[in-house]
Amino acid sequence: MISVTGVSKRYGDFQALDEVSVHVTPGALTALLGPSGSGKSTLLRIIAGLEVPDAGTVTLAGEDVTHVSPRHRGVGFVFQHYAAFTHMTVRQNVAFGLTVRKEPREKAAATVDRLLDVVGLTGFQHRYPHQLSGGQRQRMALARALAVEPSVLLLDEPFGALDRNVRNELRAWLRRLHDEVHVTTILVTHDQEEAMELADSLVVLNHGRVEQVGGPRELYDAPASDFVMRFLGPVTETPRGLVRPHELVVSAVPEPDATEAQVARIVHLGFEVRAEMESGDGSRITAQLPRAEADALELEPGQIVYVRAPHAPRPAEPDTEEDLVRV
Amino acid sequence: MAGRLVMRGIALAYLGVLLAVPVGMVMVKTFEPGPVAVWQAVTTPAALHAFWLTLLVTAVAVPLNAVFGVLAALVLVRGRSRLRPVLDVMVDLPFAVSPVVVGLAMILVYGRDGWLGGWLADAGIRIIFSVPGIVIATMFVCLPFVAREVVPVLREIGTEQEQAASTLGASGWQTFWRVTLPAIRWGLAYGVVLSTARAVGEFGAVSIVSGKISGQTETLTLLVEKRYTNFDMAGAYAASALLAVIALATLGLMALLQRRKDTA
Repeated sequence: MISVTGVSKRYGDFQALDEVSVHVTPGALTALLGPSGSGKSTLLRIIAGLEVPDAGTVTLAGEDVTHVSPRHRGVGFVFQHYAAFTHMTVRQNVAFGLTVRKEPREKAAATVDRLLDVVGLTGFQHRYPHQLSGGQRQRMALARALAVEPSVLLLDEPFGALDRNVRNELRAWLRRLHDEVHVTTILVTHDQEEAMELADSLVVLNHGRVEQVGGPRELYDAPASDFVMRFLGPVTETPRGLVRPHELVVSAVPEPDATEAQVARIVHLGFEVRAEMESGDGSRITAQLPRAEADALELEPGQIVYVRAPHAPRPAEPDTEEDLVRV
Repeated sequence: MAGRLVMRGIALAYLGVLLAVPVGMVMVKTFEPGPVAVWQAVTTPAALHAFWLTLLVTAVAVPLNAVFGVLAALVLVRGRSRLRPVLDVMVDLPFAVSPVVVGLAMILVYGRDGWLGGWLADAGIRIIFSVPGIVIATMFVCLPFVAREVVPVLREIGTEQEQAASTLGASGWQTFWRVTLPAIRWGLAYGVVLSTARAVGEFGAVSIVSGKISGQTETLTLLVEKRYTNFDMAGAYAASALLAVIALATLGLMALLQRRKDTA
């Protein structure tokens, strides 16, 4: 169990964290999600011991480690830019934690062999980091962090410096790895898709405060604030609040509670179509609907349509039953 | 194309007139009397002593400065002390102050009537007109090189590797020896070579604090000067050639290290 309680951190005039409390379930993969400057990386670095909070406590497995050096915390840390030891081979990098702990040579060699196999770098063990691709370097960094059998694995935007294909591949790979190894993992990311895909639990941060904690589905279905709603996906503003574009119902004929709007632009997204519209009062409405539905409506720019939101706008009281009836 | 050739020509001519021709002339002049005379000129007891003294002074001053330079660079790049700007200026001081002034300043501190001189004399320690004075003067003038070479390398490597090492369980000492030092090794080596070249060639400060006692406190540069003022031109050239050989060796080493530094 990792507990962060009432942690605050200032850098000069900037309040990076403001009385943040987070409790992480053992064995789970938790994502700290937020925009840049939200304090997510600072929180991760405080858990690792790379930063000391101005106030509050950090406990790992029931032990207060707030002022314990990172080397005695038993955490594995993976940096966005790999932090590879450039003058060491892949093998020496992975073995580093075992070498400085003076592990017996044969035992260390066996551990390193096993981890190189896990991350798929066995054939690259005598190369230097500059001879590896970004994705390979990050897998090496993961193996290096796992070698010391950390009680928690901390990943600071681990895929942020990689291009999209490699990122998606590594994401899937990390999820499989986590399901095999089951080490408690905290991942910092600003990418909501990455957080949703990987994490069992999400902590959404904004301006140094926790906005909401919950599972991916829970957060998507019942965001606690406009901020969470906006951060987790595209939104359209309606007079009653925020809705998701795909939840809007577009109709060619007037309907009760529907707003009249003029189609400004149609964007084909493959399976779905995005209709950008403008209502009578000048506000913009974006709806996303299946292609068949759009074809049936024969949507085209200039057309007048009627838009309504069958769901109650969120975030609101989770009293949605009544509103759903109208569909 | 023609413009580039002209530029190249001007640059080469400039370097030639300023550097290559004078140094070449020394070599030519040296060997004019024939190799036997040269050999005799550089193997007189005074010349041999000057040669070994120069090497001794360099061998003491350069390693001490290397240690200081790395520490200073660490403080300059990683330190949070408010005295950092002061250290920054202090490290560059030897570049700004003329070596002759350094020599005079040392007399004021360590000389017989100097600030520490009386106390040192009572303790039986002699600095001025003896080898320790030459070493201190040489250390003063060579001080900036290692720090100035290591600072940019330290800035470039950042702190993430060191942070990674600490999360992996390394102590501060282990992190320095296994991560930081290997990462700065080429910058450090280059700084050491520059310091060595400067130490071997130092004249101004050493000339004041050494007393120029032949066979005791006379370094190679001082020997060149003495022979020159005594109208022993052949001897002066021969000693210069010896200095030039040391300089060429360091230059070669420097070129080698520069290549390693660029590829590393």
